[in-house]
Amino acid sequence: MAEKIATRDAYGKALVALGARNKDVVVLDADLSKSTKTAKFGETYPERFFQMGIAEQDLMSTAAGLATVGKIPFASTFAIFATGRAFEQIRNSIAYPHLNVKVAATHAGITVGEDGGSHQSIEDIALMRVLPGMTVIVPADGPEAEQAVYAAAEHDGPVYLRFGRGGVPVIHGADYQFKIGKAEVLRDGGDVAIIACGVMVEAALAAADLLAAEGITARVINMATVKPLDAEVVKAAAVQTGAIVTAEEHSVIGGLGAAVAEHVVGNGNCPVPVEMVGVQDVFGQSGNPAELMKEYGLTAADIVAAAKRAVERKKK
Amino acid sequence: MLTCENEKELALRARNMRCHIIRMLEAAGSGHTGGSLSIVEIMALLYFKHMNIRPQEPRWPDRDRFVLSKGHAAPGLYAALCEAGFFPEDELKTLRKLGTRLQGHPDCKKVPGIDMSTGSLGQGLSAANGMALGLRLSGKAARVYTTLGDGESEEGQIWEAAMTAVHYKLDNLTAFLDHNGLQIDGDVTKVKSMLNPGARFQAFGWNVLYADGHNLRQLDAAIELAKQTKGVPTMIIAKTIKGKGVSFAEDKAEWHGVAPKADEAVQAIEEIMAGGCK
Repeated sequence: MAEKIATRDAYGKALVALGARNKDVVVLDADLSKSTKTAKFGETYPERFFQMGIAEQDLMSTAAGLATVGKIPFASTFAIFATGRAFEQIRNSIAYPHLNVKVAATHAGITVGEDGGSHQSIEDIALMRVLPGMTVIVPADGPEAEQAVYAAAEHDGPVYLRFGRGGVPVIHGADYQFKIGKAEVLRDGGDVAIIACGVMVEAALAAADLLAAEGITARVINMATVKPLDAEVVKAAAVQTGAIVTAEEHSVIGGLGAAVAEHVVGNGNCPVPVEMVGVQDVFGQSGNPAELMKEYGLTAADIVAAAKRAVERKKK
Repeated sequence: MLTCENEKELALRARNMRCHIIRMLEAAGSGHTGGSLSIVEIMALLYFKHMNIRPQEPRWPDRDRFVLSKGHAAPGLYAALCEAGFFPEDELKTLRKLGTRLQGHPDCKKVPGIDMSTGSLGQGLSAANGMALGLRLSGKAARVYTTLGDGESEEGQIWEAAMTAVHYKLDNLTAFLDHNGLQIDGDVTKVKSMLNPGARFQAFGWNVLYADGHNLRQLDAAIELAKQTKGVPTMIIAKTIKGKGVSFAEDKAEWHGVAPKADEAVQAIEEIMAGGCK
């Protein structure tokens, strides 16, 4: 069994390392620093940590103000509050002036678990992806999350970083190099391509194993940067395999699946069947993360079923 | 203290700015007349006396900052920036037209001298707080100024930000409340009981000062006092008249978001040049 690390823990660790090498990095939190893991940065660099209290709108616009005077703010809270409660602050105070703010949200998706549907953000990728100039990153594991934090700090412009609550198996080695906008082909295959992000990357790899046992070879792509989408890798997957499955811990509306589908029928001009694994236009509920992933169709078995449907569709 | 000479110069600037506001709004055919005219004296004092700025070097890192939280008063800001030499006067007539830098609401990406994009109400005070925090962290002596609307203060985020400014002891921040008493749907006390805003900010821990928002001496004294205040942010409640200087627009809510037509603009300019109507 692979080692498990929560991407939020990797975020907290990366922030502390980043704080040492870049004095312009500042962190803001909205009374959730123990959960978002920004607390360690706060203890290490108290003068660069701003507790904003339970005031997410103020959190985002204050971060924007800090960015205008040359700071690199990481603004953290749960994904539901960051992108929902403070959506318009992110839009008008951060994205519209293209300010160098990193919205680093944790507890995204249904794996929040027992807190229930009110706290399970399944629309945040869609909300952030629609904003012009916003970079959207959904790391698959701890090492990638850490790298994404460093890459976001280097990138000049607004970035949305999506982290999860629970531990996820480590799939990347210490030498892994994440680059914004570059997808990672984890496994090659010719019958179908599975394009996944976040916790679904591990499920995609498991699904590829199951498919292989049935004689279907699946290419597995980790699309950690949902925006800008790695158009070349998507096009190659479409042209070379002829069938795509997308997998994300998010609504099937507006997220990674939508981004891929838009590309294959749009600018990519490579229309192929696309089957989307994700939350099917419903809200979540309380339960443990594993139960919820099963309940909402986000398991390796669900990806396998989707892959078979996609392969079947391309024969027609 | 404002010398007589200062006062004369600032009054002249204010008069020029009011003329710019009327002319650009008339050329645009839409925009916010009332709330732009009510902030003119505040803007004149900031841009021609108090703010440490370099129009030829708009991104100078040590400059004082200004955030127009009530972003719909953009013509008031554009008038000040143009008067200060940030961009040519000719450009004012492009206000709100396709391809212009002078957007309906201030855009810091486009216009030299604008420190923050605003327009969606309630967000500017938070941004000003962020600037004040960041400048202090960088060891800069620069100050941050912001102007809020009284109607705008119905936004909850203003009060989140009011807490932040006090919590972080932002004495390098001076805010103005353009208290003209009117918003789109009418009197601020009738729309949402926006009663006694000064007492509200005081209760939140601010140093609250009061001034006649069209009296240069009173405003100047308040700004000076704010600069000397340590440990708390200052809110200057500036009692203003919406549409100030133009008889038919003064104290009329219906002039919130309407531009003067050609004949109205002629009358307005005449009145402004004559030194106001009241």
